[in-house]
Amino acid sequence: MKTQSVAPRSGSPLALSVPLGIFFVGFVFVPMLLLAYVSLFEDMEMTRHGFSQYVKFLSDGFNLGILGSTLLLGLKVSILCTLLGFPLAYLYVQIPGRWQGPLMLLIVLPLLTSSVVRTFAWVVILGRQGIVNTAMANLGWIQEPVKLLYTPGAVAVALAQIELPLMVLPLITALMNCDRNLRDASLALGAGHWRTFWKITVPLSMPGLLAGGLLVFASSVSAFVTQTLVGGGQQIFMPYYMYQQAIQANNYPFAAAIAMLLLVCVLAVVVTVNALGRRNSGFVHA
Amino acid sequence: MPENPIPAQALISEPDRQAISEPLASSLERRSFGLVIGMLGMVAAILLLAPTVIVVITSFTSGYSLKFPPPGYSARWYEALWSDSPELVDAFLLSAELAALATALSVVLSVAAALALARRKEGWARGLEALFLSPLMLPTLAIGLSLLMLFNLAEAGLSFTTLVIGHVAIISPYIVRTTSANLLQMNASLLESAHSLGASAVYVFRTVTLPLISRGILAGAFIGFMASFDNVAVSLFLSDARSQVLPIRMWQMIESNLDVRAAAVSGVLITVTLIMMIVMERVAGISKHLR
Repeated sequence: MKTQSVAPRSGSPLALSVPLGIFFVGFVFVPMLLLAYVSLFEDMEMTRHGFSQYVKFLSDGFNLGILGSTLLLGLKVSILCTLLGFPLAYLYVQIPGRWQGPLMLLIVLPLLTSSVVRTFAWVVILGRQGIVNTAMANLGWIQEPVKLLYTPGAVAVALAQIELPLMVLPLITALMNCDRNLRDASLALGAGHWRTFWKITVPLSMPGLLAGGLLVFASSVSAFVTQTLVGGGQQIFMPYYMYQQAIQANNYPFAAAIAMLLLVCVLAVVVTVNALGRRNSGFVHA
Repeated sequence: MPENPIPAQALISEPDRQAISEPLASSLERRSFGLVIGMLGMVAAILLLAPTVIVVITSFTSGYSLKFPPPGYSARWYEALWSDSPELVDAFLLSAELAALATALSVVLSVAAALALARRKEGWARGLEALFLSPLMLPTLAIGLSLLMLFNLAEAGLSFTTLVIGHVAIISPYIVRTTSANLLQMNASLLESAHSLGASAVYVFRTVTLPLISRGILAGAFIGFMASFDNVAVSLFLSDARSQVLPIRMWQMIESNLDVRAAAVSGVLITVTLIMMIVMERVAGISKHLR
């Protein structure tokens, strides 16, 4: 039949996906393969094949430290975002409709504001003459400005603030999809607000929590701008290390190996969390 | 009211029954919950807003440093930006041009792909769509590096074109996502009735599909534009010496000498973003598409 060939349900021929498909094969898929291929050269001139770049990375404490601190940063930021994001999402769902519009604007605006601007804000806040140091000096807590910028804590806090909308938005969706009656039933049966929160609200919003957590993790481990500007030169994370090896040291095989390792780690976390989420959703519906 | 659950008492365990028989404890419990959640939520809301406000206030300083609170107020850094910072104005214009071109190309490619794939249930179609969305999860710096290697291998020198290619790869996922979501919400019977009434495929697209998904396309284009305008990771690898985009210039300014003009640029960007955001919320309901 003629109609079958033009996909009667959608009415759109498949050929429409070809241009983007070709673009992605050429400029995302092939480059990624090339990245993997380049990482398998032993020397900077790219003449000998081998796994020496990976061996070099994984057998060196300094390199492993960079990988570890990058992944730890992602974990810290995800936890901070959960602690702040869940109450904010909960508040959004609870407040009257006319307040939801302004609050949504407040959540979305930072997401669309340039991340360089948002990082710059933290440089101003945490600087020697910044608001935190000024406030502490005025309260008499400190005599001289304290070093806040370029500390590990500063990077985590700044990134948590910058990535917070990525956690809050999926959580709002998840909370809105929760059946209100379940919470009311739990309260009516005398479970109390805290118990209802931990036993009903949190498990039911798990899909949003996992989705938000993944987004926050993936963007904070590769947040080059915030890591370099708030972290300073003394703390090196994987993205800057990759940049430095490629552009400054011209060591493309090693930079490619760093990129591949970061990629594999992010993918491993994504796959694990998704698997966890699938098991979890089975539990909730049971 | 939840506080008075008499018919269900038989189902409740002993410690809980005690809690119910003590109204004071139960009201304390309710209040402690409301207080903790409310406080944390407020802290989060303030934390979201405060940095932006602090930057805007700082940008009006009359001093030479980023001291907060500023010693006095003036618009001198905005004047400095306008009158003697041609390199920053050029960078701004280049970034806007790059983002506009990359967004236009991405819209054409991504909307077509979304039209072909969004309503298909087959595994390969889902897989292809997942591939189109994958740059959202990949470290963008790795995408930039891999493209640099490709252009090096092809012996194609870096130029504005390579920059545009990199940005299209980064922002297409946003447009695929919002358009697909919009297409899935669309009522299929509208298309079928248009078809059965004899309208051609092109006519149906123009008069039925396009008006129904225009908000999704617009929202995706806006998010993509902002993502391109803000991108450092890909531009860092793919721009040639002449193409200095604004976020990289700002990054260098902040990293080297903390020029106060960076605050004025931030002030301009925040204002522009806020205005565009409010307009887009009215026109396309942008916040719905970000969830």
